[in-house]
Amino acid sequence: MANTQGTTGLVGWIDERFPLTKMMREHLTEYYAPKNFNFWYYFGSLALLVLVNQILTGIWLTMNYKPSATEAFASVEYIMRDVDWGWLLRYMHSTGASAFFIVVYLHMFRALIYGSYKKPRELVWIFGMLLFLCLMAEAFMGYLLPWGQMSYWGAQVIINLFSAIPVVGPDLSVWIRGDFVVSDATLNRFFSLHVIAVPLVLLALVVAHIIALHEVGSNNPDGVEIKKVKGPDGKPLDGIPFHPYYTVKDLVGVMAFLIFFAAVIFFMPEMGGYFLEHPNFDPADPLKTPPHIAPVWYFTPFYAILRAVPSFAGTQVWGVLAMGGAIVLLFFLPWLDRSPVKSIRHRGFAFKLVLAAFVIAFLILGYLGALPTTPERTTLAQVCSVVYFAFFFLLPILPAIEKTKPVPERVTEK
Amino acid sequence: MKRIIFAVMFLALPCLSFGAGGEGYPLKSAPIDPHDKASLQRGAKLFVNYCMGCHSLEHQRYNRMGRDIGLTDEQVKENLIFTGAKVGDTMKNAMPKADAKRWFGVTPPDLTLIARSRGVDYLYTYLQTFYQDPSRPFGVNNAVFPNAGMPHVLWQLQGMQKPIYEVHKDASGHETKVLKDFELVQPGSMSPPEFKEAMADLTNFLAYAGEPIKLERQKIGIWVLLFLVLAFGVFYLLKKEYWKDVH
Repeated sequence: MANTQGTTGLVGWIDERFPLTKMMREHLTEYYAPKNFNFWYYFGSLALLVLVNQILTGIWLTMNYKPSATEAFASVEYIMRDVDWGWLLRYMHSTGASAFFIVVYLHMFRALIYGSYKKPRELVWIFGMLLFLCLMAEAFMGYLLPWGQMSYWGAQVIINLFSAIPVVGPDLSVWIRGDFVVSDATLNRFFSLHVIAVPLVLLALVVAHIIALHEVGSNNPDGVEIKKVKGPDGKPLDGIPFHPYYTVKDLVGVMAFLIFFAAVIFFMPEMGGYFLEHPNFDPADPLKTPPHIAPVWYFTPFYAILRAVPSFAGTQVWGVLAMGGAIVLLFFLPWLDRSPVKSIRHRGFAFKLVLAAFVIAFLILGYLGALPTTPERTTLAQVCSVVYFAFFFLLPILPAIEKTKPVPERVTEK
Repeated sequence: MKRIIFAVMFLALPCLSFGAGGEGYPLKSAPIDPHDKASLQRGAKLFVNYCMGCHSLEHQRYNRMGRDIGLTDEQVKENLIFTGAKVGDTMKNAMPKADAKRWFGVTPPDLTLIARSRGVDYLYTYLQTFYQDPSRPFGVNNAVFPNAGMPHVLWQLQGMQKPIYEVHKDASGHETKVLKDFELVQPGSMSPPEFKEAMADLTNFLAYAGEPIKLERQKIGIWVLLFLVLAFGVFYLLKKEYWKDVH
């Protein structure tokens, strides 16, 4: 018996009851992607790879980890020493956390330079930003679990930020911790959120992100809509089926990524104290505050913004607001960027300058956020914070002074 | 070009070290070799004889240690276990934590991961820089960990040294004393070079205890990387083959 997909046999039987072939075609074999993807287009599939790595290694780590203030630290060492291949699972998971942020930051940078968030891809960007928020929550809560000194005091500092919120702040922070200080109760709830609640939301958002992308089609380095120029068969002339072309191409990217990933796991799992901070090899001690508390590198740009803002009118809430604002503003990029062209290839010098300043400010903030403060560093962090925020306020007015180049009809290279 | 910039950025990351330390006593570079089993065995012997009275290695099993540093279970039992522990037990000590706190003001920390939290250079320097200081409860102080609560348990080996200070004057004439070096005032049972070597052994052992899998991890890593480089080549050719018809 034939069906709408023209399949027979077992697949035909399934297709009459479930859109298997239909989905394969829509999302893989007949999903047309622009043929001119470059280096920057590897990081989406790599983020998916790292997500799978985190989920799989996380499942096995959970089998031996004990979410208890008295046992957590020892259970991690038990995994490192007594569980077969436990050390590999643990390093894959801890390195994966940092790798996740590296690929996601590069993925987001790609969207910035090629205007991938612009109409009609606003929802792709919004889902992506929600993914980024979830990822930060996931990383923050996961970092408490080894119950080392930096786990403990990092969580203490970040949760205390909420108590700077007027009126409800102190009660809110107690509600988050489930205690007056970070304790066993906090560890238990963070474990629950880290292994089930946030991952569920993450997975749902990944599906939404990809469905939204496939509905509108991928952008490309030229910022040209390939759907505008179709051949007689109704297929975009500059498009090629995702499978097999991009599946085989992404596999090359995956292998290149795995070479870096494995090099870290097997030869420098601590990454000089950046991926696994040295003080975190001391068990959490609620009575001993470390001399210098630094968040893990992927949070340092935002932490530097937090510290750069002075307290004012008797409250420190401004720093918290600035840090939140630094992330929230990113959500509005599709509407803040009013240029008629998408890609940096056709934008003027002004945009390139503003974007370069933004990226450099972000990197310097990341560097400063890991260091103890000095007056000079605080001044530099303040300058960089201003540059960071200026980016969002300059974007809407740039088109007035910027001379853009004409956008071609077709993509320029294969 | 962009790829190169990215690679450089990525590789430069570890160069930016956290702003730890600063003006403290300069750390000596620890001359340790994790492949040197004789050194690890000497280090283990020093640890169980001099450190384990107060400190434990509560995540390290005796038999795992023996296997990794080249000793049989019998040798471990005869030479390194003094607490009546079984060879499969972890290396705990017999001192009750509450008593320890009363005696030293602080519970002597477990040392399993000390090499990973402080670094080997710190340990190597710390072990060699106890000096006479009558103002401290045990009559000794330490150059890299000022006002350490620990007595100089290795003084019989090292002997006792007194500090040599250098006086610095700043622009306003304010004088500061900076610890510069030490002078042996009472020799120990080891000569200074022997003691230095013994401390390298002990540091080597603690570095091993911090991550017993390290050598195997690196050995496996080479094969993993070789496989991945090969796989990269294969997939690259596959991609090229498929993309021949994309113009």
